[in-house]
Amino acid sequence: MGKKLLLDKVGVAGIQKYDVYRREGGYAAVEKALKALTPEIILDEVKKSGLRGRGGAGFPTGMKWSFLAKPPGVPRHLVCNADESEPGTFKDRYLMEKLPHLLIEGMITSSFALGANTSYIYIRGEYAYIYKILETAIQEAYKAGWLGKNILGTGYDLDLYMQIGAGAYICGEETALLESLEGKRGNPRIKPPFPAIAGLWGRPTVVNNVETLMAVVPIINFGGEAYSKIGIGRSTGTKLISASGHINKPGVYEIDLGLPVEEFIYSQEYCGGILGGRKMKAVVAGGSSVPILPTELILRTAKGEPRLMTYESLGDGGFATGTMLGSGGFIVMDESTSIVKNLYTFSRFYHHESCGQCSPCREGTGWMEKILHKVLSGHGTLRDIDLLWDIQQKIDGKTICPLGEAAAWPVASAIRHFRSEFEDFVKNPQSIQDVKHYYRLTGEKA
Amino acid sequence: MPKVTIDGQTIDVPAGTTILQAARMIGGDIVPPAMCYYSKLKTSGGYCRTCIVQVSQGSTADPRPMPKPVASCRTNVMDGMVVKNITSPEVLEARAGVVEFLLLNHPLDCPICDQAGECHLQDLGYEHGKADTRYEFERRTFEKIDIGNYIQLHMTRCILCYRCVKVADQLTDGRVHGVINRGEVSEISTYIQNAIDNDLSGNMIDVCPVGALTDKTFRFKNRVWFTKPADANCTCTKCTGKVRLWFKGDEILRVTARKDEYGEVVDWICNECRFKKRKLSDWVIEGPAKVNRHSVISQNHYESLRAIQFDTRLQTAVLNGHKSKLGEGPLNPNNL
Repeated sequence: MGKKLLLDKVGVAGIQKYDVYRREGGYAAVEKALKALTPEIILDEVKKSGLRGRGGAGFPTGMKWSFLAKPPGVPRHLVCNADESEPGTFKDRYLMEKLPHLLIEGMITSSFALGANTSYIYIRGEYAYIYKILETAIQEAYKAGWLGKNILGTGYDLDLYMQIGAGAYICGEETALLESLEGKRGNPRIKPPFPAIAGLWGRPTVVNNVETLMAVVPIINFGGEAYSKIGIGRSTGTKLISASGHINKPGVYEIDLGLPVEEFIYSQEYCGGILGGRKMKAVVAGGSSVPILPTELILRTAKGEPRLMTYESLGDGGFATGTMLGSGGFIVMDESTSIVKNLYTFSRFYHHESCGQCSPCREGTGWMEKILHKVLSGHGTLRDIDLLWDIQQKIDGKTICPLGEAAAWPVASAIRHFRSEFEDFVKNPQSIQDVKHYYRLTGEKA
Repeated sequence: MPKVTIDGQTIDVPAGTTILQAARMIGGDIVPPAMCYYSKLKTSGGYCRTCIVQVSQGSTADPRPMPKPVASCRTNVMDGMVVKNITSPEVLEARAGVVEFLLLNHPLDCPICDQAGECHLQDLGYEHGKADTRYEFERRTFEKIDIGNYIQLHMTRCILCYRCVKVADQLTDGRVHGVINRGEVSEISTYIQNAIDNDLSGNMIDVCPVGALTDKTFRFKNRVWFTKPADANCTCTKCTGKVRLWFKGDEILRVTARKDEYGEVVDWICNECRFKKRKLSDWVIEGPAKVNRHSVISQNHYESLRAIQFDTRLQTAVLNGHKSKLGEGPLNPNNL
């Protein structure tokens, strides 16, 4: 078991309170950063650490920070993306609920590195109770002098504000988040310009995930070099995985990147194997939008190498035989799961959450949901499966923001790897009612 | 000046030009169709995705191709950029897909739609779409909303190009017009059914590429191809007064703004010119308006075919050796 970086103090009673957090060594990163380091050194440390965005895309954080435009006289902003809405992902919720001060500490350090004097946390509407926890923590931090004017006597000012969303998945997309933060309709903007050039109110802005900003704290405390030693290759550090589905121990786990997928699923330390000793059928490795993989491909790559929990290993083989680490929403499905029914649930979600700005996503997501509904109500034809494939191809890559792709990839991967199940539903509509239809497919006994 | 190559044709354009504008500078078949982009409205474009093109070389400095097709209306050219539009089968296939998406929930009530004949979606479907639809579900419909005395809103026909929202935002004061709801059921609306009562709101009718916003004073009066357009002007304090009149005989059935070859308004006009001035004495007529020969409005507007018929050699060449359908009848100019 690797050393925990973010969750090491999570078991301490009352860690949400400022006094306990401070006693346990909290805010050391801010002290170090503001008093001993310069923004350039912090940026350098983050670059050295190899930290990659934990929100899903995995873009190197140091590079993202270095893209930030710095025109003289124009304020810059740091925005924390706490609009965690990807089905199957619940790590930020756990982190913010348990360690609100760690986020504030990460935000002060990062804001200092970016030269931002006003920073924002945009939190998902459904997380209203976490809003209260964080708001209390922010007030405590203000009282203790970690926020406000002239922090630690260094002359650095920082104001931290929170904004609560209204519960739209699309507002997790960074430009839609900025629109929403500005008080407008949460529609994604057309890029370029990227937020690093013109973001919040047209000012240079960096948008980072909760976990990314928290990871800055250990990087400052232990150094980027030490952080980069954890993990394999370009996947460095630790990652929080939200494990759910048919496993014995669902929950949030902090793993060292590079852990074999098989160990993660079957070891007692993590997921603890499949529920009821059944067989595993498929895994969605990084939140609902990444391609679903069948057991043989999630445990081993197409080349036969063991699959590891890294950005590269999970992406090995492209979308033909690979998937993505994404946001770390690890959904395990056992042999009793119907892939078609599961896909219908996903498609319904993306149809509901499409913002309606660009036509392929607006019209296509609804169309795919309707076809899947038709197949599941026993009226599907074999042509519908090809039609689904064609629709997802025409959405993928043609939309303004990645929601179109997020809606297209699950459909594509389900058809790619589980086409026989679709055909079975089309040819034997009565099997739709049969919960255990998988057993009939494989000839096993229920 | 950046040099850009579109479908093999190279042009120097000022910095900051978009791919679509550069293509329009070259002109011809390589101009991508645009349903939501409007050069006169800021921040328009990028929504409909019909103008997507393939960038096979990003620039001279960074020759990598762009991984996904880009919206040409919102992508600026870089020096040395190579763009594929009609020379890329993938682009044409993707565009056909976009047309299918746009038509998915469109009611196709062209026979009773006032926009028929000057509808961009009709043209787009004809030029880039497929003959058949694969959609077999119920099309979405909306509750009717009354948005005032002059403008008729047919939400079911809307393709959500946002042009009218930009008009409301940028031309009129006090925005009461916008998009409500989300995703497939988002709709153009005026909040709490507020009437749109400002002087330039009528321009929404002109920017609407489909029959979602039509002129209530012209509603069901006539088909556009039975009316004859003429350019006219008047002295107006609110606008330039340069308009297009649509005649049936001596009667002015409709007044619109003048449009260029891409269907974009040349000068915005005010509601008084558009809805109130319907007498011949209100206007100084400049002359017949030029109509694109491919448009149905040009029906019976061009007499040059008669000239062809007089020249039998040319007639044979044009008709590829076939006999004229007018044949030996009394209409054949040879018999006249």
